[in-house]
Amino acid sequence: MLSIKNLHASVEGKEILKGINLEIKAGEVHAIMGPNGSGKSTLSQVLAGNEAFEVTEGEVTLNGENLLDLETEERAREGIFLAFQYPVEIPGVSNLQFLRTAVNAMRKHHGEEEMNAAEFMKLAREVSKQVDLDPSFLKRGVNEGFSGGEKKRNEILQALLLQPKLAILDETDSGLDIDALKVVSDGVNALRSEDRAILMVTHYQRLLNHIVPDYVHVLAGGKIIKSGGRELALELEEKGYGWLGIKDEETADSAAN
Amino acid sequence: MATTDKEVNELIKREYEHGFVTEIEADTFEPGLNEDIIARLSAIKNEPEWMLEWRLKAYRRWLEMEEPDWAHVGYPKIDYNSISYYSAPKRKEDMPQSLDEVDPELLKTYEKLGIPLHEREKLAGVAVDAVFDSVSVATTFKEPLAKAGVIFCSISEAIRDYPELVQKYLGTVVPHGDNFFAGLNSAVFSDGTFVYVPKGVRCPMELSTYFRINAANTGQFERTLIIADEGSYVSYLEGCTAPMRDENQLHAAVVELVALDDAQIKYSTVQNWYPGDEEGKGGIYNFVTKRGACIGKNSKISWTQVETGSAVTWKYPSCVLRGENSVGEFYSVALTHNYQQADTGTKMIHLGKNTRSTIISKGISAGKSSNAYRGLVKFGPGAEGARNFTQCDSLLIGDRCGAHTFPYIESKNKSAIVEHEATTSKVSDEQMFLCRQRGIDPEQAVSMIVNGFCKEVFKELPMEFAVEAGKLLEVSLEGSVG
Repeated sequence: MLSIKNLHASVEGKEILKGINLEIKAGEVHAIMGPNGSGKSTLSQVLAGNEAFEVTEGEVTLNGENLLDLETEERAREGIFLAFQYPVEIPGVSNLQFLRTAVNAMRKHHGEEEMNAAEFMKLAREVSKQVDLDPSFLKRGVNEGFSGGEKKRNEILQALLLQPKLAILDETDSGLDIDALKVVSDGVNALRSEDRAILMVTHYQRLLNHIVPDYVHVLAGGKIIKSGGRELALELEEKGYGWLGIKDEETADSAAN
Repeated sequence: MATTDKEVNELIKREYEHGFVTEIEADTFEPGLNEDIIARLSAIKNEPEWMLEWRLKAYRRWLEMEEPDWAHVGYPKIDYNSISYYSAPKRKEDMPQSLDEVDPELLKTYEKLGIPLHEREKLAGVAVDAVFDSVSVATTFKEPLAKAGVIFCSISEAIRDYPELVQKYLGTVVPHGDNFFAGLNSAVFSDGTFVYVPKGVRCPMELSTYFRINAANTGQFERTLIIADEGSYVSYLEGCTAPMRDENQLHAAVVELVALDDAQIKYSTVQNWYPGDEEGKGGIYNFVTKRGACIGKNSKISWTQVETGSAVTWKYPSCVLRGENSVGEFYSVALTHNYQQADTGTKMIHLGKNTRSTIISKGISAGKSSNAYRGLVKFGPGAEGARNFTQCDSLLIGDRCGAHTFPYIESKNKSAIVEHEATTSKVSDEQMFLCRQRGIDPEQAVSMIVNGFCKEVFKELPMEFAVEAGKLLEVSLEGSVG
């Protein structure tokens, strides 16, 4: 489904990704782990088409189509979804209106009829229950005044509504307590299907207890330095990133404090 | 400024020449302003003697006044002697005969706004059949109004048919010497609207100039007077969300509202006159004086405006809160794009006890435009227990536009309370990325974000107006992301 070959990307002239190679097939769940500053978030932003990052080399295809030629919104309509690490607020725009606009943009792209407000309201209410968000959140401004956990659940709500081909989850577990983590994981697990792939980016392995990946990759210094199965994550947890000879900035920082 | 003196004067001149060549001399005055011109204007309109005197007094006062230059706008100097102050309504044969003769850009906008075909013709100034133009509309609206005793007519008619009311109130809210443009308007106003709602009457429908016969060609110096008698209520809609075909470069209107005891006036404007092209050429200069006087106790005046038009706008709908417990409100959305300049805001003058006012202003700047909020909140010595809440928010789209806020507060009463909040924000790259990542077009995303920003004001508009205002912003913002 997704094929990444020798991907290099930089931000403000500084190279962050230094040759990523990755193949993801439909139905698979991949986890990318790595210390802070390794390029995990950059990879998800580049795949989604954030224009702040410049691709300097390499290629990315989605079902054979050159992804890098597409605008951000075109990639989204082709099925790329990014659950943001820090979802931004859009004051005054109701969540419901935002979600319906997004869903209808997708439907239009696929030649389907747009949903009217009443139909969509019904659907959105059902899905919001699935991620344990009170339907009153639909009427509030997009992420406006949401707690960290509510924002993350709102991201999963969007994924469930938009039914992407490839869902990229950027540090979806950060800032969640154990109950919220469970809700979010259940939502992600509900997304798992034969024709959909999931790419999880995470610093910690605890998310992987809830969403069990098929493959785990370790990213360091802008390159994937090791790939393996589920057990790789457990080994990492036990031995720390230092085991692979990587300096974990966060660990280093906290040691310095 | 992209336009020069010469160009502006040429534009004004061109209009005059057009009139001169195609119409017989009696229909259009030669350019220039003097007492003789005013007398001729008054005579053509069959005005009573007192009205002429009133106009002349205003003219003499105006001659002593200087054009203001304090607003945060720039425009070439206007030569008031190169304007023609009377032009009869266009004759049918001079109007476009069908939509085929109308600027296709204008038609495209109508289509986007979803305006019905027959209305498009009317707006574009096509010579439409008189049967559609007035009769049906007139009968549907005139009957219930007459039954309720509401007077809704042109100000020229009111001067002839209701002289006592006009004499009693005209110029009491915006006097001759109030400001340069109001003075000019008082001398030469061409026509406008008059509304009187009698005691205890709730006007049975939203009044709109759009539905009034003779509304077309009221021209550049429009005069509106609305009087709500004790315990009455009226909601008045000015303008229309579609861009009007308008050849006047300068507009200097005056609107006066008077609310007596327990009366309420709600005045909503959606204005989108031609702002000029992408280079900033052409476009209308809009210098309007709008003021309401809450002279009765417990009276209330609300201004709601959505402004997307004009090349230069200079406009401060205001409230004079004289009556005890009277309330003034101002809700405004002003959007500027390309080279547009707007200096707009409000004045809340608290004179009576326990008077209250609310100001919510939302300024949106895109392109290379400049958008200024200017507001005055004033408490007189008698404004015991008065209070004001002001919120001014600015939203910037892109990095070449500007937003400015000039709030003035003057208090002569220690018990008065003022709260002021101001914010400036940008449509951020993160917000745009989120929307686009969800499959939403960039232009649709901007329009959605801007609509969200304006929500507090839109909810004050009558329902169908609010929907149209949203669409209008979308059209006005086209090309603002790139």
